[in-house]
Amino acid sequence: MSIANLSYRAVFSLVLKRDLTIAMRHKDDIINPLLFFVIVITLFPLGIGPEAQTLSRIAPGIIWVAALLSTLLSLDRLFKSDHDDGSLEQMLLSPQPVFILVLAKIVAHWLITGLPLILIAPLLAVLLHLNEQSYGALMLTLLLGTPVLSLLGAIGVALTVGIKKGGVLLSLLVLPLYIPVLIFATSAIDTAALGLPYSGQLAIIAALFFGSLTLAPFAVGAALKVSTN
Amino acid sequence: MWKWLHPYANPEVSYHFCGKLIPWLSALSLLLLSTGIVWALAFAPADYQQGDSFRIFYIHVPAASLSMGIYFGMAIAAFTSLVWQFKLADASAAAMAPVGATFTAIALITGAAWGKPMWGTWWIWDARLTSELILLFLYLGVIALHSAFEDKALAGKAAGILTLVGSINLPIIKYSVEWWNTLHQGSTVSKLGKPSMSVDMLWPFLFCFLGFALLVGLIICIRFRSEILTRNSVRPWVKSLVAEHTSSSKVAENK
Amino acid sequence: MQFESFSAFLNMGGYGFYVWLSFGISTVLILALIISSLMGHKQVIKNIAMRQQREDKLRQLRKQRNHTKTNATKEVTQ
Repeated sequence: MSIANLSYRAVFSLVLKRDLTIAMRHKDDIINPLLFFVIVITLFPLGIGPEAQTLSRIAPGIIWVAALLSTLLSLDRLFKSDHDDGSLEQMLLSPQPVFILVLAKIVAHWLITGLPLILIAPLLAVLLHLNEQSYGALMLTLLLGTPVLSLLGAIGVALTVGIKKGGVLLSLLVLPLYIPVLIFATSAIDTAALGLPYSGQLAIIAALFFGSLTLAPFAVGAALKVSTN
Repeated sequence: MWKWLHPYANPEVSYHFCGKLIPWLSALSLLLLSTGIVWALAFAPADYQQGDSFRIFYIHVPAASLSMGIYFGMAIAAFTSLVWQFKLADASAAAMAPVGATFTAIALITGAAWGKPMWGTWWIWDARLTSELILLFLYLGVIALHSAFEDKALAGKAAGILTLVGSINLPIIKYSVEWWNTLHQGSTVSKLGKPSMSVDMLWPFLFCFLGFALLVGLIICIRFRSEILTRNSVRPWVKSLVAEHTSSSKVAENK
Repeated sequence: MQFESFSAFLNMGGYGFYVWLSFGISTVLILALIISSLMGHKQVIKNIAMRQQREDKLRQLRKQRNHTKTNATKEVTQ
């Protein structure tokens, strides 16, 4: 079976398995952003005060901002090590479409960073006295929103992977793009706390998800071609 | 239909064309702005509710509209550069970015100075101001990304990709921020309907708006010419141009 | 004229500080932008001229070196 005859599905699962294996060998990359998430959320009550009412009022915002920041921290590993040892250029030269390769890497990134975040978020929400009715909304917004963070963040990393000290620039580039997700996710969680339906906000986050799923890999591919020049 | 534009893809042609535009743009913008600003400050009537602080409007609104217009221009330049490989489009986008960032800053500062007497606070998280702040971050991001690359061609491509991604996100961001909070007064000048401003205020506003627009055009022309020279420095026409400049400036020095 | 006196003009109906702050900062920023654009243009021309001078000097040096080399080989072969 020559490389050129591999189906899209085969290529996708190949790259996905590769990235997951690499992540398993460097468990730091999984644990560090997660710990950052936990610590940041723990710092807020220490800074604001332990009063339950205040905390539950700002809990959705804190959880989501912490999620944004820890995703930002974890994005660097998406392309950096591949760029450094030249395998990124090899991937771009392969006969397979860059879209599939990029999508596989982003899915791997989400499985490594977004998914653990989603699993641990309810525990941290307890620390912040999140309203009981909001837990469902919290999980759903994180489920739909974290892939968007990975997709949009990948564009930023692809643009800066060739630059020295690109990590500092990354936050300036990517955080404005994260703002719509943040606004609608926190709004959905707040609306759920009032017992009202929040399907509208979820629909918009879903739209952002599908939009970025279809369009972001193209932008990432173009940016990678610029960065590996 | 677009054949008349083709000569301008040549850097030398565009350089001299912009050079010819500069004196006209300077004269017109100076005339319109001086008339408009004096009119706005001294002769336009004070607003019924907001009093004389309304005069800030004559700078704030043109600056805000221009900041968005310039970003739109940058997006078009990025698009033409990526799709049709126009190298000149990269130069124009690099010329536009600092101008857009400055006018966004002016819009934010005048908005804050207007907000303090009106709403009692220097900053307020209303939809328009917040979107304007995010627009400033987008501009700064494009400028920072462009300056991080040594090779200007790569820098232009990377900045172009970021500008396009930002331009797709800009309506989404504006919609979401507006939805998130609305305090800013509704549009007072609409191109289609009758403006809800009195005629005494409309005329100085138009003078100021047009004057600022021509000023923006002037500054972009100057910067565009600098970018063209930088990116084409090995060409013979640039070398002869520079030689002329240095010899004429040496003559002026020796006088 | 909307104002009776110059001090009334400066006062702007009580809002003087904010109005003049806005107009002042805007003027400063725009002037800074214009000046930086013009000076940037001059700087670009100067840089290109300096690079051109450096290249001309290098070219001359290379020519001289080749000239002395060919002279030296002529002497040896003669």
